[in-house]
Amino acid sequence: MNLARIRLVSLLALLCAFIPGLVHAQELISKQSFGEKNEIILKFSIEVNKAQAADINNYSVIEEQDPDIRLELASAVPNYAGDGVSLHFKGPLNTTKTHIVTVKNLSGDTVSVVKVSKPYLGYLFSILISALLINNFVFTKYLGLCVFFGTSKRKSTAKGMGVVFTMVMVVSALMSWFFFNFILIPYNLNFLQIVVFIGLVSLTVQAVDTILRKVNPILFNSFGVYLVLVIANCVIIAVPLMMANNKFNIFETFMLALGAGGGFLLALYLMSSVSERMQLAKIPPTFKGLPIAFIVAGQFALAFLGFSGLQIF
Amino acid sequence: MANDKSSMQLVANGILKENPIFRLALSMCPAVGISTTVMNGFMLGVAVLFVQVCSSLTISTVKNFIHPRIRIPTYTLTIATWVTVIDMVLAAYMPEAYSKMGIFVKLIVAFAIITMRLEMFACKEPVGASFWDGLGMGMGFMIGMMTIGLVRELLGSGTILGYDVLGFKPLLFFILPSAGFFVVGLMMAFFNYIEIFYKRQKGFKS
Repeated sequence: MNLARIRLVSLLALLCAFIPGLVHAQELISKQSFGEKNEIILKFSIEVNKAQAADINNYSVIEEQDPDIRLELASAVPNYAGDGVSLHFKGPLNTTKTHIVTVKNLSGDTVSVVKVSKPYLGYLFSILISALLINNFVFTKYLGLCVFFGTSKRKSTAKGMGVVFTMVMVVSALMSWFFFNFILIPYNLNFLQIVVFIGLVSLTVQAVDTILRKVNPILFNSFGVYLVLVIANCVIIAVPLMMANNKFNIFETFMLALGAGGGFLLALYLMSSVSERMQLAKIPPTFKGLPIAFIVAGQFALAFLGFSGLQIF
Repeated sequence: MANDKSSMQLVANGILKENPIFRLALSMCPAVGISTTVMNGFMLGVAVLFVQVCSSLTISTVKNFIHPRIRIPTYTLTIATWVTVIDMVLAAYMPEAYSKMGIFVKLIVAFAIITMRLEMFACKEPVGASFWDGLGMGMGFMIGMMTIGLVRELLGSGTILGYDVLGFKPLLFFILPSAGFFVVGLMMAFFNYIEIFYKRQKGFKS
């Protein structure tokens, strides 16, 4: 009962957080969206003069980050009913950025300004997918290889390790976000990034070590020395550093950490399935151990190159 | 010097017998990630050499004041401090090379090789020996990175240090990111092969 109420309240809070990003109340322009690669589609609430709507001088489009650069329009094509127009641009648009469209002379002297952006949830999801597959932290960014080759011998260890890594990553990334935004930036201590982040990461790992020892001793024993190595692991420290580089907000940081952890779990699981098979195979003595593991990982990396063109949202 | 090895032996040990990349198989991430050219390998090698030598010196100087239970956090903070130093120096004086190496300079803080040398060597040995050991390890890492970079640059774009050697581009595959895994794996197998070959020859003689 209590749990259900908490769930309801948190869902409502989430909705309230996202609705302002999705809804733009405007008088003249009722709907706006990205069309094809270099197209923005506008929908008007009233019928407008087609000749006026086709004049490209009535529109000016800029990216929110660079207000000085006006994007060049190739043509403006009004639709048949006269209540919409599609703007074609000379170059392809960067659809991950927010664009600001200013329209004038269409209905009297009013100048209306609208923001065109992708749905925010879709953008968050694209960060997750990008960290999970397109920029997989192991196979395309080469991070965390020591632990990757060390713990991918058996499937059960690999799964447990992946889950622990994901937890540590999410917790430490969120903590680093708070420290970065509320302590490092206000006091101009940006140069202390590395020291603060590595401190937070080792704190989280120490906590996980203590909790795991009590909660699941079997898993704890199967990790052995590698849990200590988690401190000295580039995958975990890379997430806060990337967050600081890209100035992500808290939702984006959460998605990045989740994607990175999930990608690491995926890589560990794939690799451990192969190494279980390799124990039965006849491998030449010169390739035994690490060399063959590297070559298998290289083949996985080649396969993951295929994700590089993936774009869902 | 308390250690019976001479300084030169310590350096040679880091370069050959305990080469961080090919023998200890530690700090593989940069070895695969950014060793696309000799120059990249050299630059990151210099950064690692600096951090390794400085933190070895720091730890072996203050080793008597560190409580054994908090030694690992102490090592981490020492390394983080020196990484911040080299990160800011490179960003200020060599912005071009720095942008090529990207996030890997900051990630030196998480390299297992540095922490391991501090734990195994610098916290027990005197300052002089720690300096030579750090130098050897750093040099070993640098040479390993440069060797991988040499192979990938020569086979990938037909150049060495930016100079055109072959006159054509043999295999574009080798400058693709995933080739790093193949090159490191094949080179490890090559060193294993030499070792097995020598052992067999010794066996025949005796």
